[in-house]
Amino acid sequence: MTMSFKGTPSRRAFLKGAVAAGGTVASAGAASAAGDPLITEVQEWASATGEGVDATPYGLPISYESDVVRRNVEWLTADTISSINFTPIHALDGTITPQGCAFERHHSGAIDLKKEDYRLMINGLVDQPLVFTYEDLERFPRENRVYFCECAANTGMEWAGAQLNGAQFTHGMIHNMEYSGIPLRTLLEEAGVQTEGKWVYVEGADASSNGRSIPLEKAMDDVLVAFKANGEALRKEHGYPVRLVVPGWEGNMWIKWLRRIEVTTQAIESREETSKYTDTLANGIARKWTWEMDAKSVVTSPSPQAPIKHGHGPLVITGLAWSGRGAITGVDVSVDGGKTWQEARLGAPGQDKALSRFYLDYNWQGEEMFLQSRAKDSTGYVQPTKTQLRDVRGLNSIYHNNCIQTWWVKSNGEAENVEVS
Amino acid sequence: MSKFLNLVAGTALASTLIAAPAMAEKYGLGRPALADEIAAWDKDVAPDGTGLPAGSGDVLTGEEVFADNCAICHGDFAEGVDNWPKLAGGAGTLDHDDPLKTVGSYWPYLSTTWDYVNRSMPFGDAQSLSPDEVYAIVAYILYSNDLVDEEFVLSNENFTDVALPNVDGFILDDREVSEKHFWNPEPCMTDCKDSVEITMRALVLDVTPEKSGEDSAAAPAAAEEAAAPVQEAAPEPEVVAVVIDEELAKKGEKVFKKCKACHQVGEGAKNKTGPALNGIVGKTVAMADGFKYSKPMAALGAEGKVWSEEELAAFLTKPKKYLKGTKMSFSGLKKEKDIAAVTEYLKSFQD
Repeated sequence: MTMSFKGTPSRRAFLKGAVAAGGTVASAGAASAAGDPLITEVQEWASATGEGVDATPYGLPISYESDVVRRNVEWLTADTISSINFTPIHALDGTITPQGCAFERHHSGAIDLKKEDYRLMINGLVDQPLVFTYEDLERFPRENRVYFCECAANTGMEWAGAQLNGAQFTHGMIHNMEYSGIPLRTLLEEAGVQTEGKWVYVEGADASSNGRSIPLEKAMDDVLVAFKANGEALRKEHGYPVRLVVPGWEGNMWIKWLRRIEVTTQAIESREETSKYTDTLANGIARKWTWEMDAKSVVTSPSPQAPIKHGHGPLVITGLAWSGRGAITGVDVSVDGGKTWQEARLGAPGQDKALSRFYLDYNWQGEEMFLQSRAKDSTGYVQPTKTQLRDVRGLNSIYHNNCIQTWWVKSNGEAENVEVS
Repeated sequence: MSKFLNLVAGTALASTLIAAPAMAEKYGLGRPALADEIAAWDKDVAPDGTGLPAGSGDVLTGEEVFADNCAICHGDFAEGVDNWPKLAGGAGTLDHDDPLKTVGSYWPYLSTTWDYVNRSMPFGDAQSLSPDEVYAIVAYILYSNDLVDEEFVLSNENFTDVALPNVDGFILDDREVSEKHFWNPEPCMTDCKDSVEITMRALVLDVTPEKSGEDSAAAPAAAEEAAAPVQEAAPEPEVVAVVIDEELAKKGEKVFKKCKACHQVGEGAKNKTGPALNGIVGKTVAMADGFKYSKPMAALGAEGKVWSEEELAAFLTKPKKYLKGTKMSFSGLKKEKDIAAVTEYLKSFQD
């Protein structure tokens, strides 16, 4: 797929509905003299009966949450078959991403592959090339691990300037799930890796194949061959029945519909690791094999799609932080565009290569804010500003944009994606 | 350089990994992969030519094969159509704003082009090209980039003689060195800058998709409509009942996967690279609203030609033979039963 990372300014005004109310609405649930009728009058739901069991054999979110869905940006790609959409991170809390709204990225569409038709081949520099069925995979010892998966192009449209107005669009190429699967090491050992083997080439069963080369060191470390996510089967769009999980490394390497693992002496230099997923610097030279996703964070609320709708007083500022190099050790939040910072509270201690949720419980008095967050990880890395990143990489890198994001929160509670000095 | 690369390059890896298999417990699961199975799936081609099958193709043949299979998205001269990738041009733009990255200007290895065309193209009909056709297409792409002349023949013999211009345009990940200053254990907490000014706003650019389902006016309006007295129903247009062979249509849905890269059908179908196909069976040729047809196709429509099942079958067998100059680059459905199935499937979507 080709992404044109710059939009044309012809699109219509955004998100009118989301910000209409602003910060001026009186607190809901305020009691009038007669009392709140939702309390003083018997409501239908307190009198009649509700739905029986089995009304929805597999439950979907209640209709009032129908807005919490993946969205795409049409002008990014030529069509939706080779394209991407975005997780509604502005509307989620906690750290686990439900599969049903976790972003999708396909290079030739999400294919329909039955477990019965699934085969996984290991070949190349191994003592015994092997073929596994899905049932075979279920018989290997397995592990459960939570990891984030971030597309290397997440925030890629923001290199040249503030462009998309919503955390979903600027930072939504990410999800975080609990995977059940087999260490890739186990399968490689079953086939017996020969000493000349230095890389594995992994590919999917779809027409794109999306082949990538992974150093054997990583393959033998923490890579998983996963078949469940968040306790249930992978969704079709995430590679049912089996996908690769490559912790901390760019999402493109997490091969979906995994069908073949070849042990090789060299990197194959496939399309996805040469013409794409390489980072062009200002001098025209490009970095390749930039696998790790650097530490990054974003305030998910308030944000352009999640304006402040209540009055002055207590405000929960919250967001997500992650690092492909280790665990999040802390997140700083600034309300003044980076002049001063205060340490936010982590929802739970940071986990290796998984999302962390942060909170700053704030007393908002209607003042304008330039909201920023800054992630810190267990390697000592501190999330850089956009200026710092551009100083090293220029404007044409597309991938691996992990800069500090700024939301301009106005006195009416609306927020806008801006860049600040 | 990443620590992994150090290990790959160095000898440390060997010592850690030799030990691993020896200690490893085997589970005896899976079965040996057969040679034919490996040959069927192991198709990747490395920069040194490992994996290339025997074969050859010349530029002029490549031009024809490209026109038939690739031009609809990539343009007759590999210049790209709409948002589809451009494969030629862009030389010298890599250090400009918005560099144009093509096979000629950016791709480091020719093996990548061969591998990708062979494995994943044409979009929607992957793995349908013969090795000779792939060699020919790759030769033509080289020619479109002014890298070879029109007499050039590419084969497995001379493949590695071709060096692409940007082969030295890449460095290994150097973030741990060039971005060392981002590892900063004590970041500034107070008085970090004097002033903060807005330098750019997303709202000015205005390229964010509108949020759907947020139109608060829509719901009440719909409710009123439902409550309004029912007008006397207008007489229904006479519908000729189309009896669909559901089973055949279901098979056709699978065949239609080959068409989906360019065509939509069903509720809300829009023109894409190809026209929307609702009601196509029995419709006058070239009648999709707003689609820019090729001249020969538009002319057929002007003559009043109708897409009967027979005409459609003739077209789908070999589109370019049926109508010289059609924009449809699809090479055709080889099996009659596939044509019958996809026609049945299309019949199930009326306008």
